[in-house]
Amino acid sequence: MSTSPMRGDRIIAALKQAGVGFVVALPDVTTSDALLWPISRDPDFKLVRVCKEDEGVAICAGLAFSGRRAVLLMQQTGLLDSINAIRAVAVEYEQPVVMLVGLQGKEPGIEPAASAKFAVGIVPPILDAICLPHLWLEDTGDEDSIGPAIEVAYAQSKPVCLLIGRPPVAP
Amino acid sequence: MMKRDEALALLARHVTDEAVVATYQAAFDWMRLAPRDLNYVSIGAMGIASSHALGLALGRPDRRVVVLDGDGSLLMNLGSLATIAGAAPRNLAHLVCVNGCYEANGSHPLPARDALDFAAIARGAGIRDAGTIATLAEFEHEIPAILRGDGPVFRALLVEPGAPSTQDYAFIHGAETRRRFKAAWSALP
Repeated sequence: MSTSPMRGDRIIAALKQAGVGFVVALPDVTTSDALLWPISRDPDFKLVRVCKEDEGVAICAGLAFSGRRAVLLMQQTGLLDSINAIRAVAVEYEQPVVMLVGLQGKEPGIEPAASAKFAVGIVPPILDAICLPHLWLEDTGDEDSIGPAIEVAYAQSKPVCLLIGRPPVAP
Repeated sequence: MMKRDEALALLARHVTDEAVVATYQAAFDWMRLAPRDLNYVSIGAMGIASSHALGLALGRPDRRVVVLDGDGSLLMNLGSLATIAGAAPRNLAHLVCVNGCYEANGSHPLPARDALDFAAIARGAGIRDAGTIATLAEFEHEIPAILRGDGPVFRALLVEPGAPSTQDYAFIHGAETRRRFKAAWSALP
């Protein structure tokens, strides 16, 4: 049975509802139209554009120490490039780094670990290997999982990785 | 050229309630010279000290943040200079101890060590208040403006090792170190 993709405006509303005031980002084609462009125009967010994703891991940690909630928006290639910073700062230091990760190239309806795309299929086992909790978000209604995941991350001071399986619908 | 610990000792005389984010050899010297709860030394991965500092500074624009970076570390994260310039935190001072080598990992030389001009790189990335400091007298003169002027401020400090400091990695990575920083930083009005 076919399903509808998530809606960007519902994701953005969930971020606001969870108290996220900062979005730290590198552009990702999966989330560009539905998330990053609207967020860049939204006065409720302070957007920090970074040059490399591991910067964002540390920026989110620094913001958390300053009592601010943030998400790091990136593509899975940037996640893979940042594994050492995530391993140390987010996982070992137990910091509430919340990552929204577009799975560029993933086939709709296929769970990430089962993807035929090598750069997608390796993501869940790598996250498991570094003990980083992750959720797969893809269809309408999955937006409802975002707020609780963020609340748990900040309540427990633990990172979480939200894997966005296909482009959400732009507002 | 300054002895790094002598330069940092000068800085320690002026620091009050700033968050000081320090990495590698600068962190070890700083912890010896200025042990305080407002030191943020859990960097985690080489190169991202300035990024931790940017997060702290953006989250508390009413407070000052000073980074004690290394030149090898900054080379790993040169893009952070553009990120800092783009975010333009007025409360961030970025000091880079330039010794031309990876001192904590065998003192191997940096690539192009004799050609690198970090102040020029910072200016080229968009940080207008960027310069190089080579003497203790010059540094002492500039410290008040570095700490209290409009940021982002960038200074390359030309240094060589001074007296040795204990490389206490257990302290740097310890949960108690982060807990104490968070409590002290959160307690500031």
